[in-house]
Amino acid sequence: MTTTVTLPVSGDLQSSLRQFFRTILEMDTIEALFIPQRLPMENMVMPALVSDPQDVDAIDPLAPAFPLNAARAVARLTRRPAGKKLAVVLRPCEIRAFVELVKLKQGRLEDILMIGFDCLGAYGNRDYFRFVASAGDDGTAAFVQASLSETAGPVEGINLAPACRICENFISETADIQIGLLGVDTTKGVLITACTQSGTDLLAGLEATPAEPPAGRQAKIQQLRERRVAARNACFADTAAATESIEKLTTYLAHCVNCYNCRVACPVCYCKECVFVTDVFDHDASQYLQWARRKGTVKMPTDTVFYHLTRLAHMSTACVGCGQCSNACPNDIPVMELFRAVAHQTQAAFGYRAGRSVDEKPPLSAFKEDEYQEVVGLG
Amino acid sequence: MTDFNPTIIAFVCNWCTYTAADLAGTSRLNYPENVRLIRVMCTGMVDSQYVIKAFLEGADGVLVSGCHPGDCHYINGNYKARRRIKLLKTILPQFGIASERLYLTWIGASDGIQFAETMQALVTRIKTLGPNETALKMVI
Repeated sequence: MTTTVTLPVSGDLQSSLRQFFRTILEMDTIEALFIPQRLPMENMVMPALVSDPQDVDAIDPLAPAFPLNAARAVARLTRRPAGKKLAVVLRPCEIRAFVELVKLKQGRLEDILMIGFDCLGAYGNRDYFRFVASAGDDGTAAFVQASLSETAGPVEGINLAPACRICENFISETADIQIGLLGVDTTKGVLITACTQSGTDLLAGLEATPAEPPAGRQAKIQQLRERRVAARNACFADTAAATESIEKLTTYLAHCVNCYNCRVACPVCYCKECVFVTDVFDHDASQYLQWARRKGTVKMPTDTVFYHLTRLAHMSTACVGCGQCSNACPNDIPVMELFRAVAHQTQAAFGYRAGRSVDEKPPLSAFKEDEYQEVVGLG
Repeated sequence: MTDFNPTIIAFVCNWCTYTAADLAGTSRLNYPENVRLIRVMCTGMVDSQYVIKAFLEGADGVLVSGCHPGDCHYINGNYKARRRIKLLKTILPQFGIASERLYLTWIGASDGIQFAETMQALVTRIKTLGPNETALKMVI
């Protein structure tokens, strides 16, 4: 079902992409465009719902800004039928998170057309602020150019966020339309591939000429993936060594102040209300005093390791590795490294990969009568 | 290690294993007092956090025990429990809580003898593992 066309680039990549998205927004079938947009009041890039084709001038989908995982916002837009179709432009990890939310019936695929890019990664929030302050309006173009030519970033000392440095899933497997940049001469054109029927229908309205992916593209993707997997495995090994006992895990999480920002930022922490903010954890003073008496000392607020372990048990099978947990941490705890390392194990245990397919049931919502006999009995 | 007296938390379902424990009691069977039973309506309601909390509070072993496959009072709660145990046996060993400290068994309502024997075997097993380090260290 895949159809590939080339979007010719005349002038610069950014304006050609703007033209492409304007054309999509002007189609009768598309009501609005959900896409990262440069805010008029400051150089910050945030996801926005654009309905006026003129406002497409401010879109900036390739900016290395990733202030939040937009899967939650798209879930909100699609939870109930709107009767109108949206084109949503998301990073691959956002698409994966959205797919997980769709499985949990918190979002719907019916009213949207998902458009993904070859993801070039992003900077952490604080790095991005420094980056725009230094690189200014042309920062995105310089970033894209540096990323595609595999040279150092435009601002010295600012590198991709840790989650992006170990991300091997930088191309979405579930988008309707995939925009290819890697291994493509982006001064001449970018590759647009329709991966589903609705993607093909949209491309049919563009009157573009069919094209073949350039010869070097697949090899380039493969090389990048291998580098990322190597970096990822090294990160997993370091994290495993740093957390191999409860004592070490306690050290790893020692700076945690139980703000729960990581949970708020997590796109797949799916509960409407987290158990850690309910009355279950609203203990009486006598309870704390009893703990203090039993152990000599109890750190306040309590249950820090308990919180992180519980979150690992609840959502690690759905972890998409976007790194927003680390991005949201006020004390720079490497939360993403811990969660990705554990998620890799838990997803492997169930032969599952978060966000890979809408048709795969989340591991804890499916079961068979005759499975996992090895965990039963005293062995 | 001979004087190590482990604490074992057992989440037992109302319909099968708790009834088996009751039967063991009324049959005057002995089983070690190291095992502390927590009666739940179904093993399917034993959230991962209960097991995690038990270990962090210093339990040396945790048992989840319910009805045999096909016998669940709520049709499939024990299958959900089995997936959760599989998950926990994947997560906990990465933080030094050995997989051998966590067990899932099926003990039916009429298996009073099997209940007492299982508890005995469980305690022997946990004794060979030694104490859980969370009981000895400060955990935040």
